[in-house]
Amino acid sequence: MAGERIAITVTVNGEDYREEVPATRSLLDFLRDDLALTGTKEGCGEGECGACSVILDGRLVDACLVFAAEADGRRVETIEGLADGGDLHPLQRAFAATGAAQCGYCTPGMLMACKALLDGNPSPTHDEAAQGIAGNLCRCTGYGTIIQAVMDAAEES
Amino acid sequence: MRPFNYLAPTRLDEALSLLTPQAVPLAGGTDLFLRMERRQTQPDTVVDLKRIPGMDGVEAVDGGIRIGALALMETLAASPLISDPYDALAQSARVVGSIQTRNRATVGGNLANASPAADTATPLMALGATVEAADAGGTREIPLDELFLGPGRTALREGELLTAVRVPALPARAGSGFQRCVRTAMDIAVVNCAAFVQLDEDGVVAEARIALGAVGPTPLRAPAAENRLEGRRFDPAAAEEAADCAAEDARAIDDVRASADYRREMVRVLTRRAVGNAFRRAQGEA
Repeated sequence: MAGERIAITVTVNGEDYREEVPATRSLLDFLRDDLALTGTKEGCGEGECGACSVILDGRLVDACLVFAAEADGRRVETIEGLADGGDLHPLQRAFAATGAAQCGYCTPGMLMACKALLDGNPSPTHDEAAQGIAGNLCRCTGYGTIIQAVMDAAEES
Repeated sequence: MRPFNYLAPTRLDEALSLLTPQAVPLAGGTDLFLRMERRQTQPDTVVDLKRIPGMDGVEAVDGGIRIGALALMETLAASPLISDPYDALAQSARVVGSIQTRNRATVGGNLANASPAADTATPLMALGATVEAADAGGTREIPLDELFLGPGRTALREGELLTAVRVPALPARAGSGFQRCVRTAMDIAVVNCAAFVQLDEDGVVAEARIALGAVGPTPLRAPAAENRLEGRRFDPAAAEEAADCAAEDARAIDDVRASADYRREMVRVLTRRAVGNAFRRAQGEA
């Protein structure tokens, strides 16, 4: 019946979470409110800004436009899983070194977009890096340092 | 968002039996999710199609291709079955939204939503595509030219699901081109245009198909422009005349993205370029 909760199991950053959610719950709200993984941000809430970017079964998606129920049985990667314990991911180190984060609100989504890009294309050109983050809006840092960080991270790994 | 019942069948016949008038099918959700959030669509039941195996691929069939309705824009953009022969279609899939959107948005959703600006609609019309529509009684084919009835309205009957798109074999000496004009990279098209030409052995146009998007209540063909090309060899004047005809064929309106006058002018420019692209490919130059 409408309004009934649905039992889902989602693998987030390698860990299985079993929860009951209403059908209306977005993957974004599931991550933030049910799992308390608040690294993923809500920006526009309508698939324009990329702040809520996560990797779902290997593909970069806006978590605000996915129902949590759609992620049942799927693998999700979020910003919380990017570092290996205390060791930052090469992208995180490069972001820090180039000053590619200012206010930081777009950064988790930006980093996941960059990870998805490098997962599929370990040595992107400048244009490919720019295309890879074209769905992620940044209003303060500027894309120059972000693209530089992607190029630096690609070189390092 | 109004509460609803979420169902994720694993067989097509099961999905079809669930598509009551109060239910909506869910593919990528990039349009549906927002419409539900804004309460423009308030279904009792959402039938997620993504657990049905085999609906998201591209396969070679009868010399042409069959694209599952759930094939992603990224799949279309990357498929070798599409990217060379059906160049216009591959190009259109590459410019839909962001990578996040292209990883969710499906060709079936792009068509069934019947947006006048749907980017894959114009190349598929120019390529002579048909769609497969299934219901409990069986499957029928609908020429894409007959699918769109108005903004958000299609010839799909109640309970009928768009399950695949078929693109016929590309004849010898044929080629296609796609052009698009947007305000900003992530915006929907102000105008889009796709052209297809097939040449005879003497390089004369045997058949031309031109489709225009965002310049009418549905994606539409430009018959005057097509007629102007048929029987002609390629030269800049022919493309120019077809472009003028296409601007007449367009039924552009003023809206937030552009004025009708600007749209007609863009139809002229984009048609000229798309026809040029199609010719070059038909002549094996591109």
